[in-house]
Amino acid sequence: MLAIALLVFREVLEAALIIGVVGAATRGVAGRGRWLLAGMAAGLLGALGVAWGAGAIAAAFSGSGQELFNAGVLLAAVAMIGWHVAWMSVHGRDLAQRMRAVGHSVHAGSRPLYLLAVVVALAVLREGSEVALFLYGMAAGGAHGLATGVLLGVAGGTALGLALYAGLLRIPLKRFFALTNGLLILLAAGLAASAARYLAQADLLGTGGGTLWDSSWLLSDGSLLGHTLHVLVGYEARPTAMMLVFYAGTVTLLVVAARVVARRQRQAA
Amino acid sequence: MHRPIRIAFLALALGLSTIATAFAADLPSVELNIRQHRFEPARVTIPAGRKVLLVVHNRDATPEEFESNEFNREKVIMGGRSARIYVGPLKAGSYRFYGEFHADSAQGVLVVEE
Repeated sequence: MLAIALLVFREVLEAALIIGVVGAATRGVAGRGRWLLAGMAAGLLGALGVAWGAGAIAAAFSGSGQELFNAGVLLAAVAMIGWHVAWMSVHGRDLAQRMRAVGHSVHAGSRPLYLLAVVVALAVLREGSEVALFLYGMAAGGAHGLATGVLLGVAGGTALGLALYAGLLRIPLKRFFALTNGLLILLAAGLAASAARYLAQADLLGTGGGTLWDSSWLLSDGSLLGHTLHVLVGYEARPTAMMLVFYAGTVTLLVVAARVVARRQRQAA
Repeated sequence: MHRPIRIAFLALALGLSTIATAFAADLPSVELNIRQHRFEPARVTIPAGRKVLLVVHNRDATPEEFESNEFNREKVIMGGRSARIYVGPLKAGSYRFYGEFHADSAQGVLVVEE
């Protein structure tokens, strides 16, 4: 039962932390609850589909299907976050001002919501499909305490995601969107680095010469804090040069894209 | 997705996997099995400083997730299927791996030697 709860907790935590950040980043935008729920629901459905087709996905592309699929899902999420960050660099300040002026949710159009709903859906899909496969195996093996384990794991993961969300909401509105945007950029960079790891695992991409450093003596990525930082800012105890290139490349690309979009917008105005 | 984009993606993926398999031909490789949620052998040795192909056969009926924080790999292996996992290059030392779905029994060590 405890082993089940622990595994479910780790997977749910990953999705819950991402949903926590996304939930905070859409603070004050009218109708966000519906979009986030729709994202979660779509992700759950997708997770079942992926779990059901896991054998076929793994066998595709001469056995590299799983890695290509995971890398594709991760990079799609990076693209959505990049688009959102660029959008916020234009509208974030205005959004915060209007929110402070009216003191309640404002209509910002559906763009920031559907982009991040897709990010939520992809996170739930990734983690959910692993949980589904694990539980399928457990149920087939006749494990006891399945329901209790799942319940405990989901409750624990969700609680930490909500705690993160509540913590982020304490940030003053003046700096709020700049900070959540920064957090989203680092989160996206971590996802991109994970994509590089999957591609190297399938030998579709080099590692750039093995492991760069080992900081696991300081903070292991198997620990709760290490795992949390891995999800939020892409912490890796043993990264490769290629992962670092993907990480730094994503940060640079997203920051530059946001600046360029903001400048063009100002010139047009 | 638009048709040309889809074809471009497929071509890219196919091209990449062809290149990958061509290069994989002379890689050192090691095979291991998962039986009754245990690795057999539970200790495998590979050369240091080289990329190595691990072929993991899941002889159980249920899925397993091959995972290692220490050499940074994770792959779900369905019941009765095999998986190819490229590892390293790694420095000499011991690196633990485990089956995340049955971590209480599925534990192994990758020994990397000069």
